[in-house]
Amino acid sequence: MITRFMRGALGHIVLAFFAAVALIPLLLVLVNSFKTNDEILKSPFSLPGTFSSENFVTAWTYGQFGRGFINSILLSGTTIVVVLVCSSLAGYVLAGKKVRTWPIIMVYLTMAMTVPIQLFIFPLYSAVAWLNLTDNVFVVGVILAAINIPFATFLMRTFFLNVPADLEEAALMDGVDTFQLVTRVLLPIVRPGLITVGVIVGLNAWNEFLISSTFLQNPAHQTLTLGFLTMNGTFSTQLGTMMAGALILIVPILAVFIALQRYVVDGMASGAVKG
Amino acid sequence: MLTIAEGQRVRTDSVAPPRGSLFRRRNAISYLLIAPALVLSIVIVVIPGILTLLLAFTNWSGIGLNIKLVGLQNFQDILADPVFATSLMNNLKWLVLFLTIPAIIGLITATLLLKRKRMRTLYQVIYLMPYVLAPVVNALIWMSIIYNPNGGVVGALGLPAPTASTSGSLYAAAGVDMWHFWGFLTVVYLGAMRQTPIDQVEAAIVDGANGWKVFRHVYLPSIRPTLLLMGVMTVIFSFLAFDYVFLLTQGGPAHSSEVMGTYAYAFAFSSFEFGKAAAVGLIMSFFGLLASCLYTWISRRDLK
Repeated sequence: MITRFMRGALGHIVLAFFAAVALIPLLLVLVNSFKTNDEILKSPFSLPGTFSSENFVTAWTYGQFGRGFINSILLSGTTIVVVLVCSSLAGYVLAGKKVRTWPIIMVYLTMAMTVPIQLFIFPLYSAVAWLNLTDNVFVVGVILAAINIPFATFLMRTFFLNVPADLEEAALMDGVDTFQLVTRVLLPIVRPGLITVGVIVGLNAWNEFLISSTFLQNPAHQTLTLGFLTMNGTFSTQLGTMMAGALILIVPILAVFIALQRYVVDGMASGAVKG
Repeated sequence: MLTIAEGQRVRTDSVAPPRGSLFRRRNAISYLLIAPALVLSIVIVVIPGILTLLLAFTNWSGIGLNIKLVGLQNFQDILADPVFATSLMNNLKWLVLFLTIPAIIGLITATLLLKRKRMRTLYQVIYLMPYVLAPVVNALIWMSIIYNPNGGVVGALGLPAPTASTSGSLYAAAGVDMWHFWGFLTVVYLGAMRQTPIDQVEAAIVDGANGWKVFRHVYLPSIRPTLLLMGVMTVIFSFLAFDYVFLLTQGGPAHSSEVMGTYAYAFAFSSFEFGKAAAVGLIMSFFGLLASCLYTWISRRDLK
């Protein structure tokens, strides 16, 4: 009995230890974002003496976060819309096996999923530069969509597999037109799938670095994370400002993640199990 | 891969569709629905990918149409470059680190969370927090407040910056990447473990198996496909590592933390040798392809 209790306690300690590993760097950001540079240089662990918003104002201004937020929203929004449209249409066809070549398409998508960015970024960059389409957040949004489409299609397909095959026929028999079939029958059933894919793809696009930094070099078109990176060039010794900037980037993402965590966790777990 | 195997099983018992104008029209509409996904993927990913394959044998600078075939020259140059050897070794070190440390932490935490239903969601959310943040944010947090000798945790402990030493820089970058990654494995492993049939677990417990034996003989075989898939993904990603190295050390100091990803990037966007960049990109992808083939081979043998 005692050993069992001890083992349970040990389990809790291990879980709490790894929670601390994940959280301590983020807590350091929170604590130090309110401190002056002198306070941080004395000790990064001390609590702030006063709560001043000065660091946040400086970070917001010099990181060009206002513009960054708009660019990031436009970029991720483009990716989410393109991926949701393409992957739900393709997932619907593949789940219903509505084309005879569906196994070939599945093999193609599996292969496309494993193509690394480094295998296509160099010619793609030259082509986009030749078309004068660099420094355009919508173009980057579409490129990131193309990368995410194969995995999103697989995920959407598994959600469409849950739609009973005769449901569609029954609805059509009842005189429902195609538009109503989609909006009244299919969409409500796969809505959780659309949210899951939307959240995961949105996070991917929001956080992406290699393609965004290569294709968006003009400060006016940079995303939030790229603006923060640029700011590091000037403010790398102003730790309070850097931490305030980091906090501005962390809080909205964690808020969205916590609000939608069920969909993120389900998507990750099911995606991996299904292959 | 599993999806395809499952699909082919279904296909054998599906009835051949009737031929007729209605069927043909429906077929055309179906292809129209699937077209946007395929066209985007082919134009943006596959065609440039094939071009890379060809460019690796040219001396293209990335600008203009002045292209000359140089045969295997790019590959010969790269293989003779000691920096490439360092990069390849670093990718292999990266692979060993990622196949062990995050996988073990992920398995331990997932197993512990399996029995703790109430705390499960809270812990999963906390563990995933570094995973959902951008590499730029994570890298700059560690660079400013942890690895910084002036004002960071390392400085407060009187240690030198790990990113500045030739022996520690690769591990410093890998450490941040692993800190960001392991929570994902916890969630994936936990998701797979929860699929284990409960009667198998109960039968083992009735037979007097202890916690370790249940884990070793019931859960571990049950999540084998997931472990394998994550292992292969780790192998592929290890050869493609870029973000954290580029952001934290730029491959330095003195190329000590260079990986193939940063090595290729420097060829393309610093010295404008797109041909060489393409050649390195091809070598990186080759290792990933090797891992995918191995995976297909192992999972096929599993099915038999």
